[in-house]
Amino acid sequence: MFVEIRFHGRGGQGAVTAANLLVAAALKENKYGQAFPFFGAERRGAPVLAFARISDRPIKIHSEIRSPDIVVVLDPSLLELVDVTRGLKKGGVVVINSKETPSIGDEYNVYVVDATSIALKYKLVVAGWPLVNTAMLGALSSATGVVGLKSIVSVVEENWRGDVAKRNVEAVIEAFNSTRKVR
Amino acid sequence: MVVLPLTGNYAVAWAVKRARVKVIAAYPITPQTTIVEKLSEMVENGELDAKMIRVESEHSALAAVYGAAIAGARAFTATSSHGLLYMHEVLWWVSASRVPLVMAIVTRAIGPPWNIWTDHSDLLDQRDTGWIISMAESNQEAFDLTLQAFKITEDDRVNLPMIVGLDAFILSHTTAPVDVLEQEDVDRWLPERKQLYVIDPNNRFSLGNIASPKDYMMFRYDIEKAMDNARRVILEVDREYGKVFGREYGGLVECYKCSDAKYTVVAMGAWAGDAKEAIDILRDNGYAVGVLRIRFIRPLPVNEILNYLSGMKGVIVLDRSVSFGAGGQLFTEVSSILASRGRPPAMKGVIAGLGGVDVSYSEIKDIVLKFINEVEDQGWFIKRQEWFMPYEYSFKDYG
Repeated sequence: MFVEIRFHGRGGQGAVTAANLLVAAALKENKYGQAFPFFGAERRGAPVLAFARISDRPIKIHSEIRSPDIVVVLDPSLLELVDVTRGLKKGGVVVINSKETPSIGDEYNVYVVDATSIALKYKLVVAGWPLVNTAMLGALSSATGVVGLKSIVSVVEENWRGDVAKRNVEAVIEAFNSTRKVR
Repeated sequence: MVVLPLTGNYAVAWAVKRARVKVIAAYPITPQTTIVEKLSEMVENGELDAKMIRVESEHSALAAVYGAAIAGARAFTATSSHGLLYMHEVLWWVSASRVPLVMAIVTRAIGPPWNIWTDHSDLLDQRDTGWIISMAESNQEAFDLTLQAFKITEDDRVNLPMIVGLDAFILSHTTAPVDVLEQEDVDRWLPERKQLYVIDPNNRFSLGNIASPKDYMMFRYDIEKAMDNARRVILEVDREYGKVFGREYGGLVECYKCSDAKYTVVAMGAWAGDAKEAIDILRDNGYAVGVLRIRFIRPLPVNEILNYLSGMKGVIVLDRSVSFGAGGQLFTEVSSILASRGRPPAMKGVIAGLGGVDVSYSEIKDIVLKFINEVEDQGWFIKRQEWFMPYEYSFKDYG
């Protein structure tokens, strides 16, 4: 198993944290992981990228991910700005935070989850921004099984405390259960 | 074993904590900043009993930890790029005072034009300063080297400072699993700090005074001897660490499938991992290739390079830096060693990845394959150098 994932988000939405948590979840399953941001100047609100590799053997490479197996889109408005399927392998998976069914190329498997509503429902808002990253990890697990729901819940519980942890866990589970395949 | 998902920078901070460093001084510069940010957090919340000294520049940062080190404290600093260049003068003060001190360098290109991404120019600019200079391939190795650096530098055969290098972003800001060991195991392994002398107000002596030409040259000869001793000490510490903690890297170099190889790639830093991946693919296609990873550029692994590479049909050296007018520094040094004994292998130097240009394992595979074909088609040649740019620069439209 060797999977490369690209996260599209906006600065402040937690794409980098999502990639890091995914690696922590992989470690729980005795897998290996690597997570990294796009190495530039990060600005709040601007389109940003984060990357992750998950493997069942140690990862030697450190170069960029150019042809991901999976793309996770944290913000539906990015679809108009960025070619989110750029370099995506044929038959690859796209997991999108969206209320609607977006039009993405026929050659991909597309999953949709309304992570913004879930984040708002569980009051996961910082500086006016719905934090959808934990919900999107639930959706990613549901769509691909790259790491299990249990592992994601357990790293979320370790990363936050008390009520915030509880609300994030609820968001992860609700997103996991409501993710649907649209293509 | 305590495995945590850590960035390369946090891995270094954890090693500093495990070594129970007493004094830290640093000035922020991307991409080093998160090392000392994490350390100051550890000091603030009581995890690390150390003094953080705030300074106004990198020159002062190294001067401050130099003062702490000659006063007998285990000390640490970190920097990158222009910060390191600004420190340059003080590097000589520390090594020529024969004082153990550890510094992390998150390698970053030098401006202008302004660039925050990795290459090895800043690190290799310090080659001649009398510091031991190492370079990590992974976050785990950044942790292990930083911890080992305290034992190596404080060995009474060495008494020289040491740099631990790690690539900007591709290690420094990349999260990967790191075994940070148990504190009590590290305490058992790493002895109390030892050093040649300690500044003591009750026992006054003069340091850094003017020396006659003859005395000066003797001081320099002593540094050279200590550097030579460091070769043995680095190997001993690596072996002992392997026995105690289960990770042994090979000393000054790491040989990856190079013992039965006809062609070998020489590289240093994180992209050596990509070179290993490339070599695995080439081996699957029937090519006898290997990687010789340079872990220490000072002291230079002269015997290792001769032993592993003399009998090769071809040696290709990847440089992530350039000495303008001479070529890649690794290539210059490796090829001069190989040319000192009989007929050397066919040798090629490739300069690539400057200023953070991404070079993938599949591009390294193509670079190596091209070299093999050149040697097989044209026969032996002594030295050839070229620059490599990737075929497409894939993410220029993003972010």
